[in-house]
Amino acid sequence: MRKTITLLFILSGTWLLLSGHTSPLLLSLGLLSVTAVVACVSRLEVLDDEGVPVHLLPGLIRYVPWLIGQVIRSNLDVARRIVSPELPIHPSVVKVDATHHTEVGRVTYANSITLTPGTISLDVSAETIEVHALTEDAANDLMSGEMARRVQRAEGA
Amino acid sequence: MSAVLDILSAVLLLVGTLFTLIGGTGLLRLPDVFTRLHGASITDTLGAGAILLGLALAAGWSLLMGKLLALLLIMALLSPSTAHALARAAIHGIRKPWLDEAQK
Repeated sequence: MRKTITLLFILSGTWLLLSGHTSPLLLSLGLLSVTAVVACVSRLEVLDDEGVPVHLLPGLIRYVPWLIGQVIRSNLDVARRIVSPELPIHPSVVKVDATHHTEVGRVTYANSITLTPGTISLDVSAETIEVHALTEDAANDLMSGEMARRVQRAEGA
Repeated sequence: MSAVLDILSAVLLLVGTLFTLIGGTGLLRLPDVFTRLHGASITDTLGAGAILLGLALAAGWSLLMGKLLALLLIMALLSPSTAHALARAAIHGIRKPWLDEAQK
């Protein structure tokens, strides 16, 4: 029931944001379509932790600022390498452990790896994530496990 | 106050343009599909991010700002998914990553 109400609010907010209409007719039509969507979704029985993952929000609020910092840092590093005349890159493929994460945590981890320039997740399995790294520094950074620890903390909250 | 916001937004737009340009340069200069994805992710993150933030500042407190910030969130969720799909398709296809001499 809590998930239903949460989804109702999220969808109504999205509808208001994207349409910007406030006339009573359009508002009631919007509410009608939002209710119809929530009814369909709850009949499909996907109103669970995976479909409406609001329980992850507190953890993510602490994780995302750190991730943004990392993304900016590695952006500057990769950009510097691209514009440098010698093109100082040392690509490698490494494997990082992913056994300590839940399914959502693994997805968050793999997506964070890809979002950060310099590392891309190639293949994700239940045990490991295969990562293509542009430089040794990027690979070593990842192997230090800092990101893995922070993702774990975020999903545990 | 609005002059400060204007300058900040202009700076963000310039930074975003610069990084988009660098990302494009990376696409041209880097040797294979995997390394090129690293270049493209610069365009996706700092390039698009700074441009959208700059536009949101220029829009001021309005619905438009909300839409631009929502776009930022969508970009942050979509771009790693597409990059991963590309990389996975490449590694399961015939592509062998171009590796450093020392690691061959």
